[in-house]
Amino acid sequence: MTANVNLDVRGLSCPEPVIRTKNALGTGQPALPLTVVADSFVAAENIRRLVTGMGFSCQTREDNSEFVITIDKEV
Amino acid sequence: MGILEKSKIIISGILVGLLGVLLVRFGNPANMGVCVACFVRDISGGLGFHRAEVVQYLRPEVSGFIIGAFIISMFSGEFRARGGSSPLLRFLIGMAVMIGALVFLGCPLRMVLRLAAGDFNAVIGLLGFIFGIFVGVQFLKRGFSLGRSQRIHNGNGIAIPGLALVLLILVIVAPAFIFFSASGPGFARAPFLISLGAGVLIGVLVQRSRLCQIGCFRDMMLIGDSHLLYGSLAIFAAALVGNLVLGYFNPGFVDQPVAHTAGLWNFIGLAVVGLGATLLGGCPIRQTILAGEGDTDAGMTFLGLLFGAAVAHNFGLAASPAGVSQAGQAGVLLSAVFLLVVGFAFTVPQISFVRKGGVTLDR
Repeated sequence: MTANVNLDVRGLSCPEPVIRTKNALGTGQPALPLTVVADSFVAAENIRRLVTGMGFSCQTREDNSEFVITIDKEV
Repeated sequence: MGILEKSKIIISGILVGLLGVLLVRFGNPANMGVCVACFVRDISGGLGFHRAEVVQYLRPEVSGFIIGAFIISMFSGEFRARGGSSPLLRFLIGMAVMIGALVFLGCPLRMVLRLAAGDFNAVIGLLGFIFGIFVGVQFLKRGFSLGRSQRIHNGNGIAIPGLALVLLILVIVAPAFIFFSASGPGFARAPFLISLGAGVLIGVLVQRSRLCQIGCFRDMMLIGDSHLLYGSLAIFAAALVGNLVLGYFNPGFVDQPVAHTAGLWNFIGLAVVGLGATLLGGCPIRQTILAGEGDTDAGMTFLGLLFGAAVAHNFGLAASPAGVSQAGQAGVLLSAVFLLVVGFAFTVPQISFVRKGGVTLDR
């Protein structure tokens, strides 16, 4: 896994975006920063809640009605 | 979890719970202030899709859920038409979910309202519900997916809100071909404007807060996230207080309103709902709200619920206070088998048949 992996969760039903993000972050040493692309408010909210709960920092950028979430180490 | 996020879902839950009790006070059937399964079943009867005379009324609450979600998602910029995630299967899963719900006599939201009124049969149902979600989570953990939806022309997203509006017009105009129960649960109804107003408000609340009765257990099992659980607990607590204040709290198994004591079938009925809704990605009210904000796959689920209700009553699958018929037992078991088949089929690598060279496997 290289840094800046784009995880595409667009169009997936609840809770698949969250599961895939969690799997990408894994339990070991995930390659950070990880960039996730989502296309619904709910998926973006859920991913933000998941990763902050896991102790990562995240920034969301809205781009043409899609959400680009950049997940990185806690600063 | 942010304190703001947490308070938003708790306040929404409290309001939904209170509205659920108040609608009973204003005339809806006991322990059925809000129930997507029962109300969609009533709508199915009101349109004459089934002829069970005691459950026929175009409940304005359901139109309210959809229109409330539609309006608020337009304002918040969340409305977007999308579709293409196994729509036909979602229709069929919606049918199965409805058959399960009508064997229990209630959607997961009514399950919470029944619990809050002291109906112990709903405790058995809750156990089945959790079991069904647990099974669904096993599929999700192994990669179950009904596939991605795509952005589609916004006109598609207006179809279900349009249907909700047509239903409202029909219930107001009341042409001869629309049925209105003269007795039974379908006759128990709050005044039109109160039903509609409460429905719109619930639609707004659920759209904004993402309240979901399966999400609360699913997310706990999958990722230990208690966010949605707070919402469901808030619905329960508010409805419990409301029932105690208004004297509706009546603990026990027997003589519960619009309920039966066949524990095994209460368990299996809601297990089917739990599994089906987990595969869909949301409980019946959540799917209804999504249908209002442009999700045409959820719209197909909604139509599946409507069709499933017609099937359930046409073939005598739906339970009654007397219990569950043999047809109902067969129907709910077949629904369970169908959902398990879907679960496995969409979890294992896909088999694609090609004209030459036999069968290939791909993900």
